[in-house]
Amino acid sequence: MLRDALVLSLGYNATLVTLGAAILGCSAGIAGSFLYLRKNALISDAISHATLPGLGLAFMLASSLGFDGRSLIVLLVGAGFSAALGLMAVSWLTHMTRLEKDAAIGAVLSVFFGFGVVVLTIVQNNPSGSQAGLEGFLLGSTAGMLLNESFLILLTSLVAFALLVIFYRPITLVSFDEGYARSIGISVRLVDYLILAVALVVTVIGMKIVGLILIVALLIIPSVSARFWSDKAHRIVILSGIFGALSGYVGSAVSAVSLGLPTGPIIVLCSTAVFVVSFLFAPRRGILSSMIKSLRFEQTLHLAQGLLAIAQEQPIYEAKTLRILKRKGYLRRDSVPTQLGYARAQKTLLNERRWAYWINHHNGTQGPHTHQISTLIDIEQKLTPDQISLIDQGLANAQEGRLA
Amino acid sequence: MINDFIAFSLPPILIASFAALACALPGNFLILRKQALIGDAISHVVLPGIVLAFLVSGSISTVPMLLGAAAASLVAVVLIEVIKYFGRIEAGAAMGVVFTSMFALGVLMLEQSETRNVHLDVEHVLFGNLESLIWLEADGWASLFTVSDLALLPPELFRMIGVFLVIALFILAFWRPLVLMTFDEYYARTLGIPTFLYGLALVVVTALAAVSAFDAVGSIIVIAMILCPPAAARLMTNSLVAQVWISMGIALASSVIGYIAAGHMPLWIGLSYTVSAAGMIATISGIFLGFAALFGQHRSRVT
Repeated sequence: MLRDALVLSLGYNATLVTLGAAILGCSAGIAGSFLYLRKNALISDAISHATLPGLGLAFMLASSLGFDGRSLIVLLVGAGFSAALGLMAVSWLTHMTRLEKDAAIGAVLSVFFGFGVVVLTIVQNNPSGSQAGLEGFLLGSTAGMLLNESFLILLTSLVAFALLVIFYRPITLVSFDEGYARSIGISVRLVDYLILAVALVVTVIGMKIVGLILIVALLIIPSVSARFWSDKAHRIVILSGIFGALSGYVGSAVSAVSLGLPTGPIIVLCSTAVFVVSFLFAPRRGILSSMIKSLRFEQTLHLAQGLLAIAQEQPIYEAKTLRILKRKGYLRRDSVPTQLGYARAQKTLLNERRWAYWINHHNGTQGPHTHQISTLIDIEQKLTPDQISLIDQGLANAQEGRLA
Repeated sequence: MINDFIAFSLPPILIASFAALACALPGNFLILRKQALIGDAISHVVLPGIVLAFLVSGSISTVPMLLGAAAASLVAVVLIEVIKYFGRIEAGAAMGVVFTSMFALGVLMLEQSETRNVHLDVEHVLFGNLESLIWLEADGWASLFTVSDLALLPPELFRMIGVFLVIALFILAFWRPLVLMTFDEYYARTLGIPTFLYGLALVVVTALAAVSAFDAVGSIIVIAMILCPPAAARLMTNSLVAQVWISMGIALASSVIGYIAAGHMPLWIGLSYTVSAAGMIATISGIFLGFAALFGQHRSRVT
């Protein structure tokens, strides 16, 4: 069954939903990664909650004008309008008053949502509105979705995706290097608006599938997951799109074959799974590799300290240092240095002296920064042979001077 | 008329007011410490805890639900810190990952369990059930002075009063370190104030307010009351003492006006139904904030 869903052979409608969810996830992932790079991830929370009053008001307006208020396009346009108003309110509060951005986001999302709930209770109490099914937008519902609704979602996701592709260059420039983008004449403000506009479109169409509370997840989680895999903004953006698409695709396929599993939460939990894997196992930034790195660093530090102690014939008390030195074969089991140990110790001491001399006398930019530990860096790898011989000469002169 | 008011409107108004006060008090510090969205995060993450408590205890009783909610908030705080610290992810994004994931988990558990048939659904957590907290035994003004009648008030009222008192006492008792830490964390640390512990305590009392309030009044009021009254007050004064008092006034006014606007006004204008009180209270607090942002004496960034 699941395979049927994954290869899109579960009926026309289910296929459209799955494809729509995948494209939606991709657009959300990309738009979200730009929000994340602009340090604006939580704005999506305000956008999504601010859609609620628009939904209800659009329904009421359309119904009173004699149209079918349940028409998805009417509802989505209404939601889009009120989300845009919410965005303007956040921007107004942040720029015109001294409130911090997070306070502005929280205030706008709670007030808009609260007002939305008021509107919802009015809709529910009207005879025409009790069947509106607007609650479905809170948590999303793909069950019983009409064919033309699936088409609408598919098309709009494609539009959002196309916008991102067309304006990829200016958006990435602003996200990577705002100053440079400004210097070549790109309007940072316009690009920020564009990012927000795409996020808004994604939110509004995502409401139907994952619900307005959970769409935030698709805008935040894929980009944070992608962050673990790369330091390059370009790759983060693409990975985030892939993660989002994967979550939307697998999530909607899983919920299509298992009755009773709601689409929205499943899609979000799929992206959470991607996040957990990234957090634990991503090379370099994942915590597993960070732990290995820090263990290795600790070992190197013990080794260097131990070898310096051997070279200067100081006693070593630290049990861990002793253990590491013995394992490397630099100490015998009775803690007497071996031949190899002496040789390595001399080398480490020389490295240390050379660095000390270099930092004192040349203080060059090639040296280690003050917060780094020079003992751990092989000077012969960092400086040229000429510089080394200069240092050695200096050290020799100093030695003679001390002897004389 | 007045009997109906005391039986049906007074208890919810009082409960909403104390919930609003309990949330607004710590909110004053949170908005200054750039932790404004903690209320938002808490009110999302409690969902799986509540559902789990319901599944384990098999009933919608207050104590297990509060325990579940508290446990879920604790898990969320730990997860956020782990992601921030080990993943080197900034606070906002880490929070976003955790609260959306836990909320999704809660919704899934809710949909999978049999709880759907019982009076526990997502709407309940979001919107609360303020309107149902009534005092049927009340019989006019006299009941307000009759101990046996007072004992039959909704238990939520006593809980909210208790939580409000605990939070007020906390803020009174630790006023000086809280203020110092809020305005100059490093200076506070040089004075030997354990700023980490106070910061944690502030989050804990916020969670206490949020968790005990959501059951009665819903999470919208919680988020709105942590933010809107303090934010509005901040735009009106430069003094923290004044800000706290003004925010309490706004919280109180929002609750009273909001409830009356939702529960009575529609009937006055001839409608046959009432609208969501929780939503209206949040809306009114937003209107207060809007006015403060337009006319507040200290609204601008540069003073």
